[in-house]
Parts: sequence; structure tokens; C-alpha cells
Amino acid sequence: MSGHDHGEDGVSRRKVLECMTWAGTGVLWTITGGVPRSLGIIDSAEAATATAPGMTFLQISDSHVGFDKPANPNALGTLEEAVNKINAMPVKPSFMIHTGDITHLSKASEFDNADRIISQSKLDVHYVPGEHDFLDEEVKFYRDRYGRGTKGAGWYSFDAGGVHFVGLVNVVDLKGGGLGNLGAEQLAWLEDDLRGKSKSTPVVLFAHIPLWTVYPEWGWGTEDGGRALEYVKGFGSVTVLNGHIHQVMQKVEGNVTFHTARSTAFPQPAPGTAASPGPMKVEDAKLRSMLGVASINFKQNEQRLAIIDTPLQG
Amino acid sequence: MKTLNRRDFGVAVAAAILLPVTTARADDTNMEVHIDNFVFQPPELKIKVGTTVTWTNRDDIPHTVVSAGKFRSKTLDTDDKFTFTFTNAGDYKYFCSLHPHMTGMIKVE
Repeated sequence: MSGHDHGEDGVSRRKVLECMTWAGTGVLWTITGGVPRSLGIIDSAEAATATAPGMTFLQISDSHVGFDKPANPNALGTLEEAVNKINAMPVKPSFMIHTGDITHLSKASEFDNADRIISQSKLDVHYVPGEHDFLDEEVKFYRDRYGRGTKGAGWYSFDAGGVHFVGLVNVVDLKGGGLGNLGAEQLAWLEDDLRGKSKSTPVVLFAHIPLWTVYPEWGWGTEDGGRALEYVKGFGSVTVLNGHIHQVMQKVEGNVTFHTARSTAFPQPAPGTAASPGPMKVEDAKLRSMLGVASINFKQNEQRLAIIDTPLQG
Repeated sequence: MKTLNRRDFGVAVAAAILLPVTTARADDTNMEVHIDNFVFQPPELKIKVGTTVTWTNRDDIPHTVVSAGKFRSKTLDTDDKFTFTFTNAGDYKYFCSLHPHMTGMIKVE
């Protein structure tokens, strides 16, 4: 899918579904002139980063270390393949973000294995937790490792390359019948965090569950995500990066670009195309074609959105 | 002795197969809820006070069974079970705390 036109005022559900596409194991982002652009990984990104000045960062998501079911009996192995791809890049990204579900069952050994592989990238990694990272009895393994200097359940912000990054947590205190949840305390913090920032500062929000409503029937959305988006409304460039749904989906609304990254572990079905959002078993030969290469390019103040999808295999 | 052992083994297997069927028929104070495809099945269960309900996760993804202030399972990996005995009448709404769109109800009379 390439050069898909999303129209002027938001995107219908059908359009969103049309734009959903399988792509690579990670997404490479570059900041040029303050505007983030997704270059996709990895082969097509190499050429782009060689010529693109500015800051480049990488997003990986949903590594589910410990997952060993038929959809991918070796999730640690495919994470390592993704990291090897990153290491093979001619231009080293400035850092990486991981949008959660590092582990499958929050076991100490799973966190250790994930760290052992991801650290081979020798990049700083900024994490946010997924619901699979808070499953240990005392809910402490994630916080012990990645919670330092964060607020609440693990939210924080930092600045890099002139961009303001905000990592949010929407996987705790979930209410029966509801979706992802940020909560009043975190929203108040976010409003305060953004106060006083110049509206020309590019903002990147990242969290595990999509902050926009992708498919509530499968819980793919955040109950109070709209509140967070209100706080960034006045900013000229806003990029919202999520995981959780194990597939690439993107839409643009005004100055806000929404994007979900694929998993490094296993694919999940397109919304409504299966009985459940659970792991999708595909032929072995096809798995890595779903972990292929995607370029997602967008420009601020343009309604056109281009997703160029190139599988690693086939 | 070998033939005897084999026969004993056969009896044991037959007993193991028959036993759960027999108890299920004889004893309606044990009920089951399965988690399949991110759905509690059956989504609503009517039981009598004193009934024990066992939830079994048959998905490839972990789930929980949580009724606010009433009961809360540990994380159930594939094929893990959670059991709760209802000693008081009432309506027990519950959900999966990882996937809160998954909800169920136990009505205890």
C-alpha cells in the first residue's frame, strides 16, 4: 500500500482498516527539521538514514519473551533477529523505544533474556510497560528494572534532538468492560508536563495500548486516551506510537499522526477477521514475511500518508 | 505378573476415564467456565449457594478472573485453572484484568 490518501478530516474505520498492513520487525523514525518520519526497517531505511540528517530513533514492541506457543515457538529468537537487523544498520540510531510486552509472563528469567538480547543493540532503550510486564505476584520486576526515575506506574518524559518524548502507562487499573486506562493522576501529570512547552516543539507520545480507538470490541483503545490527546492539540507536530495489536496501523488527524508497530514475536489478526485477537498461527515460511520491512513516510501539514510495505522474505 | 500388571493398568485407565464423567453427572455443585478466544463460556452461569466454579484458560494468552472485592485469580497461563466456591447468594460480575472487555457473570441463588 502506497501513497494512500486519508482525506481531510480524520479517517473512517474502513479507511483505517485498509491502511493496516503487515510490515517489518521494527520501525525506524528519523527527525528531520523537527518532523518525525517513519522510515520502516530496515533495508529501505539504510539508504534513507545515510542521506537524512537529524536524529533517528527506533521503535520495537511486543517482544513477548517467553512465548513458545505454535504462533512462534521461539519469540526470543525473532527478537534477536530484529536486534541483529538493527546492528547491521550503517547509521546507528540515537536510541530505541520499546512500547511494552517485553515479556510474556513477567518472569525474572524472561526479563533477563530480553535484556540480554536487546542490550546487544548497545542503544539506550526507553521502555513503557505492557500488561504482560506486570504479571509477577509483587508487580516489581518491571519497576525494578525500568521504573527508576519514573512516576506512578512508570510514566516519564525526556527531550532528545529537540523533540519532547512522553512515555505513558495505560495497562494498570483496568476496569471491567473497559479499555486501556491512563487515570486521573497520570493525565494531571501529563497536562503539567506539557505546560510551558513551546507549541512548535514536536511531541512524541508513546504507550503500549493504542491511545486512539482502533477496535473496542477487542479492547484496542484507551478509555481516557482522548483526554491525553486534548493536551497535545495545540502542538504543531504530534506523533503517537503504540504497540499491543501486533500489526502496523496508521492514521493522521490534523497535526497528529498515530502509528502502531508490529510485534517481534507473533502476528495478531486484523480487527474482526478472527474469533479473537489472540496469536495468529501462520505457515512457518510466512511468519518472517509478516516480520518484513515497512517504510512509513509522512509529512507535517500534508494529508497524504504513504505506507510502503516490503517483506523480508518472499 | 506382567499380564496382571497390564490388567490392573487397564482397570486404572478405565476408572480414570469414567470417574470425572460420573462425578460431573452426580454432582452439580461443581461447574466449569472455559476461556476460549478471549470469551468466558458460558458468559453467565446460574448456580446454587455452595457451588464451586472452576475457570480454565484454553487460550494461548494469559488471562485473569477478577470480581472486585470478591475474588481474584493469579495470572492463568494456558490450561491453568482457578477455583472459587460461592457461599453467599448474589450477582458476581467479573472480568479479565488484562483484557477488561472480557466480562462474565455468576448468579448465585
